[in-house]
Amino acid sequence: MEDASKTIHPLWLRLTHWFNAVAVTILTMSGWRIYNAAPFFDFLIPKQITLGGWLGGAIQWHFAAMWLLAGNGVAYLLCNLASGRLWRRFFPLTARAFVHDLLAAVHGRLSHADPARYNAVQRAAYLFAIVDTLLLVLSGLVLWKSVQFPSLRELLGGYEAARRVHFLAMSTLLAFVVVHLTMVALLPRTLLAMIRGR
Amino acid sequence: MIGKPQWLVANGGTILKDARQELGRRIEHPARRAFLQRTLSLGGVSLLSGCALVDADSVETALQRISRVNDRVQGWLFDPRRLAPTYPESMIARPFPFNAFHGEDEIPTIDENGYRLEVSGLVADRHPWTLAELRAMPRTDQVTRHICVEGWSAVGKWGGVRFSDFLRRIGADPHAKYVGFKCADDYYTSIDMPTALHPQTLLALTHDGRTLPPRHGFPMKLRMPTKLGYKNPKHIQAIFVTNTYPGGYWEDQGYNWFGGS
Repeated sequence: MEDASKTIHPLWLRLTHWFNAVAVTILTMSGWRIYNAAPFFDFLIPKQITLGGWLGGAIQWHFAAMWLLAGNGVAYLLCNLASGRLWRRFFPLTARAFVHDLLAAVHGRLSHADPARYNAVQRAAYLFAIVDTLLLVLSGLVLWKSVQFPSLRELLGGYEAARRVHFLAMSTLLAFVVVHLTMVALLPRTLLAMIRGR
Repeated sequence: MIGKPQWLVANGGTILKDARQELGRRIEHPARRAFLQRTLSLGGVSLLSGCALVDADSVETALQRISRVNDRVQGWLFDPRRLAPTYPESMIARPFPFNAFHGEDEIPTIDENGYRLEVSGLVADRHPWTLAELRAMPRTDQVTRHICVEGWSAVGKWGGVRFSDFLRRIGADPHAKYVGFKCADDYYTSIDMPTALHPQTLLALTHDGRTLPPRHGFPMKLRMPTKLGYKNPKHIQAIFVTNTYPGGYWEDQGYNWFGGS
């Protein structure tokens, strides 16, 4: 049995975190291959880092992993809400605290003494990841079934606009992942905590 | 010297043509091979799941199976009364993009006078249709968005016969599962009956106010704003109603069968 008092991340959180990592990896790499079929920016994603080989294969991966992302995401949000963890860990979050902690981090003075407590920058970053993923799911729904979700389609400005929203939301999520992995590399014990729970 | 066998001399041309066609089909998607290779190199997933190597065939089978589940989900999401959005004529894309499984030099030429649309399967009236007969039916038009599986889209204007009117006229069984299409360029595809009966599903005879040009499917294409482009067959020669899954050119290679939008 785990010692509950020492647990930083409960089992459900670690599981949903790693399932999400798998889903996001598959969706991003296959999504890049789909983007390459009809790019709307002046660049292509290098084929070597895409998944699926051809368009049909990439779409199969994408529309399989979307269920993992969505199902896992719903489980994460439900557990987070039901356990009260969402409020405990992420709130309060004020702009003042965010700026304070961001400046402290830039000057290398931000303490990580208690890994069970998120600083304001972490709170903002993780909440951003949640909201951004939500935006990816909603814009993805418009791309998948634009006729069947008319209000969502109009909310995002139509099918073509939804393509850009989906791509930009992917890009910003990727920016989050880059910062996230950098912080993990700087503080390797956080990786251990996400695996062992302590 | 060993002479060529007599049959080979006689059939040489045909054999070559067949081989070229067969080869053409295979070479068309060299990326499919890469798909399998890429499947094997999905390092991240392999590491996390602890599997050293994911078997390519079983992965493809699993993905196909999920694609069939997605067919059912889309059938369930499809609302037969919900209309695709329509657009002002000012938004029509001109020239309208050409897209097919072959190049523009391989567009079939079809003789208008000799053309007959064949009808078969679970229908009461199997008589072949001339273009004049089809043009005499009540017609309607629509300005809708064509969405390609590649991601791009273009607004176009199509006119023609409501497919539900046509199906009623030929006495098609409305409880049958599928409507299949065979095309003059050897393309083939099939759709579900609810989409076939959708009010915006057209047997399109015109594009942008003029007779459907060869590059957009002369003499007719099926226009469905509720489905992706590859589900909209061009140069239709035969229509059949069936309960046996007919598949499709792209669908048999891995594109999702329902292909709804």
